[in-house]
Amino acid sequence: MNKARRNPLNLFAAHAILLTWTVVALFPVFVILINSFKTRKAIFREPLALPDADSFSLIGYQTVLRQGDFFGYFQNSMIVTVASLFFILLFGAMAAFALSEYRFRGNTLMGLYLALGIMIPIRIGTVAILEMMVALDLVNTLAALILVYTAQGLPLAVFILSEFMRGVSDDLKNAGRIDGLSEYVIFFRLVLPLVRPAMATVAVFNMIPIWNDLWFPLILAPAEETKTLTLGSQVFIGQFVTDWNAVLSALSMAILPALILYVIFSRQLIRGITSGAVK
Amino acid sequence: MTALRLEGIVKSFGKVEVLHDIDLEVAEGEFIVFVGPSGCGKSTLLRVIAGLEDATAGIIEIAGERVNHVPPAKRGIAMVFQSYALYPHLTVRDNMALGLRQAGTPKPVIAERVAEATRILHLEPYLDRRPAELSGGQRQRVAIGRAIVRQPKLFLFDEPLSNLDAALRMNTRVELADLHRRLNATMIYVTHDQIEAMTLASRIVVLRDGRIEQIGTPMQLYNDPQSQFVAGFLGAPSMNFLPGGVLGKSAETAGIRPERLRVAPDGQLRARVHHVEHLGGDTNLLVDLADGHRLTLRLFGQHEHAVGEEIGVSYDEADVYLFDAAGRRLR
Repeated sequence: MNKARRNPLNLFAAHAILLTWTVVALFPVFVILINSFKTRKAIFREPLALPDADSFSLIGYQTVLRQGDFFGYFQNSMIVTVASLFFILLFGAMAAFALSEYRFRGNTLMGLYLALGIMIPIRIGTVAILEMMVALDLVNTLAALILVYTAQGLPLAVFILSEFMRGVSDDLKNAGRIDGLSEYVIFFRLVLPLVRPAMATVAVFNMIPIWNDLWFPLILAPAEETKTLTLGSQVFIGQFVTDWNAVLSALSMAILPALILYVIFSRQLIRGITSGAVK
Repeated sequence: MTALRLEGIVKSFGKVEVLHDIDLEVAEGEFIVFVGPSGCGKSTLLRVIAGLEDATAGIIEIAGERVNHVPPAKRGIAMVFQSYALYPHLTVRDNMALGLRQAGTPKPVIAERVAEATRILHLEPYLDRRPAELSGGQRQRVAIGRAIVRQPKLFLFDEPLSNLDAALRMNTRVELADLHRRLNATMIYVTHDQIEAMTLASRIVVLRDGRIEQIGTPMQLYNDPQSQFVAGFLGAPSMNFLPGGVLGKSAETAGIRPERLRVAPDGQLRARVHHVEHLGGDTNLLVDLADGHRLTLRLFGQHEHAVGEEIGVSYDEADVYLFDAAGRRLR
């Protein structure tokens, strides 16, 4: 930063606010992490203490890995999240391209119709979705979850991406047409790379709710082989007894992949923003 | 031979008709400039020729072949855009080669044509750079190079100089004129800048509200405008318009070019100096007549005049253009 514009007091205040926020945001994660490494007694005796030689225990992780097919759940969650994000971005971007690029009758109406889904929670239709999945014989498959999450994510994706695609230079697309590129090449090679920041935004917005969702896995795919991580972790939470070691350990491990995906997308996001800023 | 023929071109967006019945014939090797104020339809007309927009009605022929339903890539045209529109993910070399590669041109031919365009445009040092690493002028040269390598029957330019600064615009203008002489190609150039139109064109097409107002060589249009609009649009500073009565005419409007007015103590008009612009080579004088009408005088060389000074202004009767109430020239 420019030295002349650097006021120590402002700098301190800004950092103090940012640090406070970071602590507040990270505190629950921190508590989960330290307690996942403690014995059950130690968790309840002193929830905020760090694990020491006396209280350190891997019992939670052992339980998680022993009971149920944790890696299977993990894999299911990963497949569902990544596949859903892929389809949301692919179909969302295609619809957005059509809406922003082509003039046709009912364009605005179609855009509104697609955006309407942002305001209507998909869970209202749970019963109908379940009936549909039963009729399609898709109950207890990951495909059921992927379809539902794709439907759930599309409205926002279309809305955000079509706004961004309107901003992509018409001249560039026309130059491609004159050079004989097909509409598909124009879409995939010229337009998509330019809306990458928006794609990252959409991906981040959609990823966490899908990863954490309990509702649809519970209703559409509760079978052992299709359980997602969130649903799998529920076996440790009982009405009367909860195995806190196991719950905390499962949660700690569940954070990791979401974190990795987030880091990938958010780096894209930052790169996109900075590359656009200086033209 | 005719390079381009337009017959009865109409273009509507929904219910709004933006081009009305455009007829135009362009001979091979001509440099045609479409000029007009923004919103006059000149860019739309260029897009219709390029095939980026469909004509609602009318016939488009390029080199004697009807192309109404031919996609842009197969019309034998190349286009240079105002915003350069280079492919951001490709190097300069690949930007130029893409169109040919797409058309299935053999590799040695592509390499040869790219090398030729590179030489003409002095782009050798930049061949392996990406557009983001180039300055505005260099990017525009790459865009022109991308057009040259296609060896099109028709070059289309959509305000290619508008994003360049003044000095670079002048240089690039000269380069474009050189290029036209060298390639002897047919070029169609859209601009709102009358200087570009006057300096580059072999013929100018003045457009207004989606209609062709007048077609002619720059000097025909300057010396013999058919309407008040054309008279006012070409020439800088633009023509002075006064009610005919002020110059003792019966016409609705009388026009006279600033460079045709002289300061003379015994001139036909008396005026008071309102503002003086010293440009070194010429001096522009803004003067007010007694009845409040303002005139611009363009004097060659340097002249000292004080603001508020009373001067006489003289002109030749032959330099007065007369227009009726609808803006049509009266002869």
